[in-house]
Amino acid sequence: MKDEHILALIEKKANYSTQDLATILQEDEQSILEKMQEFEKEKIICGYHTIINWDKTNKENVAAIIFADTTPEQEVGYENIARKIYNYPEVESMHLMSGKNDFIIRINGSSMKEIANFVATKLACIDGISATSTLIVLQTYKSNGFIYSQEEDKRERLLVNP
Amino acid sequence: MDYTKVLSTKLLSIKPSGIRRFFDLANELEGVVSLGVGEPDFDTPWHIRAAAIYSIESGQTTYTENQGLLELRKEVCKYQARHFKLNYSPKDVIITVGGSEAIDIALRALVNDGDEVIIPTPSYVAYEPGVILAGGVVVPLALTSENEFKITAESLLACISDKTKAILLNYPNNPTGGVMNHEDYSQLVDIIKEHNIMVLSDEIYGDLLYEGTHASLAHFEEIKDQVLIINGFSKGYSMTGWRLGYLLGNEALIEEINKIHQYVIMCAPIMSQYAAIEGLKHGDQNVEMMRLEYFARRNYIVKAFNDLNIKTHTPKGAFYIFPDIRSTGLSSEDFCEQLLSDQKVACVPGTAFGETAEGFIRVSYAYSIDEISIAMARIKQFLINIGYNT
Repeated sequence: MKDEHILALIEKKANYSTQDLATILQEDEQSILEKMQEFEKEKIICGYHTIINWDKTNKENVAAIIFADTTPEQEVGYENIARKIYNYPEVESMHLMSGKNDFIIRINGSSMKEIANFVATKLACIDGISATSTLIVLQTYKSNGFIYSQEEDKRERLLVNP
Repeated sequence: MDYTKVLSTKLLSIKPSGIRRFFDLANELEGVVSLGVGEPDFDTPWHIRAAAIYSIESGQTTYTENQGLLELRKEVCKYQARHFKLNYSPKDVIITVGGSEAIDIALRALVNDGDEVIIPTPSYVAYEPGVILAGGVVVPLALTSENEFKITAESLLACISDKTKAILLNYPNNPTGGVMNHEDYSQLVDIIKEHNIMVLSDEIYGDLLYEGTHASLAHFEEIKDQVLIINGFSKGYSMTGWRLGYLLGNEALIEEINKIHQYVIMCAPIMSQYAAIEGLKHGDQNVEMMRLEYFARRNYIVKAFNDLNIKTHTPKGAFYIFPDIRSTGLSSEDFCEQLLSDQKVACVPGTAFGETAEGFIRVSYAYSIDEISIAMARIKQFLINIGYNT
């Protein structure tokens, strides 16, 4: 069993049962279970999330991308300041970047006001943050490899062909 | 007007496709879950689609050389060497409108009236009509599940007469998923050489192999000039609608066959050819991704059928399984018709691929595991409804 194969399978579909994975990979269920536990322990598997298009629900949802510039600290570099940011639950993802800005942070909130509040009262106040630039997400076309557009679902194959 | 009086007797002798009948039946119903298609469910990879769009945008809308763009033929040769260790040069290639055209022009080029063409059956539905339209006579070589649907030396010898012109074979196979390996083919080489039989080898599923490496009769140098390989982009590259395939063989033979292609087709569509160049140059990773996905589905669906007490071999290639439904007491046609009307699941009776496949059904796994899982739940319910001991 190749590690990449099992990971590639569950990367696309997190809700495979261990029994299905065992069948698909022609392994016994116990060794799949042990492998999954090992992946989880090693933080190779970091979670099993569901991709939800909140725009299709009644829940108010606003997302923003924030470019943040910082002053890195002696010896620890960006680590301390990064921790102070990513521990906020509003932060959905965060990356240290090459180029003009240091961090790209994606945050989720229920309203523009909530986003503004987070940037003004939490993010911008962190020691070491020298500038932020906040861009509101207008529409998400693709997330985590999944295309949101319903156009993609309209194609139909023939029911029976040779 | 009574068209039977004006239509060619060859055409009239061709029976309507058994698949067509099931297509019509399935289309009349709402909410059908199909396991009945012979085409991939993946979209053509985007980089290939983008290359075609770019070719149109940049005004590449002309005819190409009859045999196809030289760049594409070079890439086909590189691909054959890279994937299958087969050496051909661009002059040995005709780019065709799907593998279907390649089959047709190869048959028409070789077959005289009354010539016999051996077709291992069950077989792809277009082979028999192709032989008949070319004026040939079909000699079926019955394959058996006990032998994993492989051709043996004895079964081949039994089909040979002084009229035998060619054998038209297809491995990995539609509909059985069967595969011939190098050792299996080696048993046939002397017979093919001795009887001067031309080989039409449809290798369209060559990339979709789950064990071992793809074998071809063209690997045997002593008969390589008797072999014509049919291949294309529909299956491995998920490009069915682009209608692009090719024929590979000895340059002298290809030059003759090209006469049919040039007068009948002129050339394959140029935008499809540019798309295929992109696929061959940069698409190996996608082909492998799709192969691994089919491998996963195969393992899932084979187990699901066997768990229902329906004997199903694990095929080594393509994207079909060929369950043996004889234990249900139903014929292939009855099984598929009743399954469709009772549970709205579409499969294809084995008999659509030849009478020797009575007792089997073709089930495609070119579907997501979620779709397969829904279909299997319905199949289970059907088996319970007919009182079968699952």
